[in-house]
Amino acid sequence: MKSLWAVTLATLEKDIRLEWRSKDALNSMLFFSLLVVVIFAFAFDPLAEESRQIAGGLIWVAFLFAAVVALNQTWARELRNQVLDAYRVSPAPANALFLAKALGNFIFVSVLEALMAPLFVVFYNLHVLGPAWQLIPIAILGTWALVVNGTFFAAISLRTRSREIMLPLLLFPISIPAVLGMVAGTTAVLTGDNPAHFYIVLLLTYDVVFTTACLALFETVLHAE
Amino acid sequence: MKWLFPILSIITAILLAYALYEALVVAPTDALQGDVYRIIYYHVPSAWTAFLLFFINFVASITYLIGCKPKADILALVSAEVGVVFCTVVLVTGPIWARPVWGIWWAPGDIRLTSTLVLWLIYVSYLVLRRFSTSAQTQILAAALAVFGALDVPLVYFSIWFFRTQHPQPVIGGGGSIDPRMLHVLLLNWLAFLCFAFLVCWSRYRLEVLHREVEEAHAMESLAGGAPANASLPPDRSSR
Amino acid sequence: MNAIKFLFAAYIATWVIHAFYLGTLVRRFSRLRQQLKELGRK
Repeated sequence: MKSLWAVTLATLEKDIRLEWRSKDALNSMLFFSLLVVVIFAFAFDPLAEESRQIAGGLIWVAFLFAAVVALNQTWARELRNQVLDAYRVSPAPANALFLAKALGNFIFVSVLEALMAPLFVVFYNLHVLGPAWQLIPIAILGTWALVVNGTFFAAISLRTRSREIMLPLLLFPISIPAVLGMVAGTTAVLTGDNPAHFYIVLLLTYDVVFTTACLALFETVLHAE
Repeated sequence: MKWLFPILSIITAILLAYALYEALVVAPTDALQGDVYRIIYYHVPSAWTAFLLFFINFVASITYLIGCKPKADILALVSAEVGVVFCTVVLVTGPIWARPVWGIWWAPGDIRLTSTLVLWLIYVSYLVLRRFSTSAQTQILAAALAVFGALDVPLVYFSIWFFRTQHPQPVIGGGGSIDPRMLHVLLLNWLAFLCFAFLVCWSRYRLEVLHREVEEAHAMESLAGGAPANASLPPDRSSR
Repeated sequence: MNAIKFLFAAYIATWVIHAFYLGTLVRRFSRLRQQLKELGRK
């Protein structure tokens, strides 16, 4: 177990360092996220009362698209220079690689969300009527739900034609319960109409089930040629 | 063995015709919905058949992940494909039924139709993966995806169920007990569709086996460099 | 009656979908048999 975490953290640290040095993906993703928020602001005219009802959906759809763009380049660096092959033959546990990638994506997407959320508040003049602290577990669990399956399906998509479209194609159907939980939970907190507890439990269950499934099957997927 | 398929086909055709007759003529008219409710005799058996086929896909996929037997993989592919066909029927007949009864084509909170839609999306994505994958181990990747899909099903159901309890939607007449005569006709139609589904799966299975034989023959041919005829077809199947 | 139109639409739609799928199976079968014949000839 200790070795698993050691390898995970080492890989994660490497990825973050590489990303920080080049800042390519980071900068373009930040700008892309801003663009998405602005487009939505033009597409869905925000009048005060209605905006609270639909804001939950808008925010998470925007996050979803930003996440997909981020996830698509998860394994891009590994494909160049045959790093994936090196991982296959190394004694390091495959799950360490997966966890490192998933955590890296999680950090990355969370940064994007932290940037987009205030923009949404500004453009839509949002203020929260329900218990605002509940937005934090919803955001964390929801983001992990997207990222854990997204990282896994990105690995599967590596060996397909039309790689970039295959990822959302595989990810979206399976993520529907999680998306419903995120959107309905966020809307519940924003409007204060309903309790969001069930949605938080739903997201937690979803995360546990699929994190386990990803960890169980990633080695199989990694070794599939 | 060769005569078995035609005989089963004839029996199935007769069964389907008889079930249709029962559905349209024999079954009593519904007090609330009139005769339109008879769509149920095609809608519900198709749904049950689709769910059964997707369950078979789940079991076959797990079997393949554990043992890598080609037959399990072919069964997974076949059950997914035929399952999607039956699921399409459910999603088409559902709104056609909803329109005259509820006045709307689709209600987002209707848990059955919405979960069926998600199920359809998941298995279509499974079939797309199988078609677009360039890997030599497509089967394993697809089996992994199938497991994910199956794990998702209860989550889909409960997420929509809870959403619906908080956002009341039109309720389809259908909660509560069903008239035993209607139940009899429903089960009869299900039996007929199950036989039909079995025959379709059997055909698709044979098609896939033939397809793989042809592919292998092509591969052997190119390995042999377009050499004489006796090198091109594999001598027997027992080596698998 | 208007509602009966929906009943027949549903039944016909069901069989159209099945017929379409069976049609693709038949087409693929004949194409494969053709390929098998060509391979046998070589």
